[in-house]
Amino acid sequence: MPLEDELSEDELSEDERCEDEDSEMKYLYLILSNLKRKKIRTGLTILSVMVAFILFGYLTAIRQGFVAGVEVAGADRLYLRNRISPLKSLPQTYESGIEQIEGVENAAHVSWFGGIYQDPRNFFFQVAMEPEELFVIYPEYLISDEHKKAFLETRSGAIAGRGIAERFDWKVGDRIPIRSTVWRNKDGGRSWEFDLVGIYDGEEKGTDTSRFFFRYDFFNETRAFGQGRVQFYMIRVSNPERAVEIAAAIDLAFANSPAETRTEPEGVMLQGVANQVGNIGFIILSIMTAVFFTLMLVTGNTMAYTVRERTAEWAVLKALGFTDRGVLGLVLGESLVLTAAGGIIGMVLAWTLVSLGDPTRGSLPVFFIPIRDLLVASLLIVAMALIAGIIPARQAQKLQIADALRR
Amino acid sequence: MMQTTVDEALVKVSGVDKIFKRGSEVIHVLGGLDLEIPTGEFLALMGPSGSGKSTLLNLVGGLDRPSEGSVEVGGHRIDRLPGRKLAAWRARHVGLVFQFYNLMPVLTAQKNVELPLLLTSLSRAERKKRAALALDIVGLTHRAGHYPRQLSGGEQQRTGIARAIVTDPTLLLCDEPTGDLDRKAGDEVLELLQALNREQGKTIIMVTHDQHAAERASRTLYLNKGQLSTEPVD
Repeated sequence: MPLEDELSEDELSEDERCEDEDSEMKYLYLILSNLKRKKIRTGLTILSVMVAFILFGYLTAIRQGFVAGVEVAGADRLYLRNRISPLKSLPQTYESGIEQIEGVENAAHVSWFGGIYQDPRNFFFQVAMEPEELFVIYPEYLISDEHKKAFLETRSGAIAGRGIAERFDWKVGDRIPIRSTVWRNKDGGRSWEFDLVGIYDGEEKGTDTSRFFFRYDFFNETRAFGQGRVQFYMIRVSNPERAVEIAAAIDLAFANSPAETRTEPEGVMLQGVANQVGNIGFIILSIMTAVFFTLMLVTGNTMAYTVRERTAEWAVLKALGFTDRGVLGLVLGESLVLTAAGGIIGMVLAWTLVSLGDPTRGSLPVFFIPIRDLLVASLLIVAMALIAGIIPARQAQKLQIADALRR
Repeated sequence: MMQTTVDEALVKVSGVDKIFKRGSEVIHVLGGLDLEIPTGEFLALMGPSGSGKSTLLNLVGGLDRPSEGSVEVGGHRIDRLPGRKLAAWRARHVGLVFQFYNLMPVLTAQKNVELPLLLTSLSRAERKKRAALALDIVGLTHRAGHYPRQLSGGEQQRTGIARAIVTDPTLLLCDEPTGDLDRKAGDEVLELLQALNREQGKTIIMVTHDQHAAERASRTLYLNKGQLSTEPVD
């Protein structure tokens, strides 16, 4: 039997199979041993990858703080405000008119309080709503029946999200004083005291639990001015696909009224708010592109040196029977171990840092690294390894044994 | 196992030319070279620097390809094998010993010897066992856990030989195996090669500058200007 046939049918197929069988573990030892030869260089490269991924993880969490609302915004929810400005109020009486429009299921008015708790830096979202309407409009807020009942029965009652309650260490039963920067009460003061009767959780991880709700009737009766006026409306529609059409119908209904309206899907409104801060996604993308580009040069440089200074060793491996592709795989394997070590440690540290709390001390409604971004990080690790390693790996792959051994 | 008998040539080099190009310069290293090496022979190849000894060794070991002519090993044309098949063939049939040992500095002697076995389907335990056996044959069992930098030149070369024989190849190709060693260590290496040839029937081709080393071989050929002869060249 000719040698070519013999190899292709028996020996070679076995050899090729052997290169695949438990190859990861067999070759991992070789890869790790090679990375240990220049410990400082390997360590510094891993460190730079790690720092980049800490930055990536942390910025991702910040971005999530800005865009989470948009992502979890109810597709069946509309936001209605005064056409002139979101700062101008609307009549409370619009509610029944809105609910008469075909396609509208519920409308709930919301009044902005603009208060601070203890310290001016403790600024968070507080609004007054009708207690019956709160959980109809926001079904993603999960609360026990007991707390819901208490909210319905307590005029000075308030409900806080889990996030804000944990931030200030509030517990049900606490009396919470909040000083409004907008309103005065009938006593001439600016402070209101609320009884915390319930804490809600989010249905999803991205659900905003940094909000504080109290009863509109209590607020309306105790404030010194502005009775019967509200800041905006949240509206639920029966068919999300008709949301834009219904919004137009609402605005048409209030056209030429003393307070014309502007209605839009909640997601659009939240995106607009996020855009007021700046295009956070673009800013973060720009930073990360610069960081990862630099990192790619660092890792690529390490890999280039690694391959160049070991030319004879690659040739020896090939002489021993390693295939060109096998050598390519070893170089890419080293590149992957470098980026994976730095990337995984970086993401673990980023996760730890993020779990310690957001840098604004709770002003961001959510602050976490979404699973999706962990997957992005994994892809980045692999992509970086490939990009940084492919040129040196191809050089090692193409190396001619006899030439390399002569050098 | 290659299909050869003791009587027939294991290696048959026919009409081999090897040309290297360096820029516009064309260098004829081997010209129409013929060579037959029977199974079980210990052949020494001598000749001045640049005479093409290592080039010939590379061609027989499938590390390089001839510009013209054919290289048969075990009755089969290795110069026609594509890259992957040639690599697999080398792994199975050729053991290489280098002048400067070419051990992996980050691996212990044991792991260096195990390297060629990574390309087989052997289990980890079996690989370890075979590497230990190869180290035992070269008398380095006690140095198995040492790194190359912790070994003397002679010990490094014996580790290199253990790596070359661990897959039980038919052909052992040694490129100046004593070139970097003192006389005593060189003699130990040569005795080892002789023993492998005598006791285990390994076919050995050894390139050397050293007449003393060549005397250990069963036949010596001299290469000069790309041609082989049985007599030394002035």
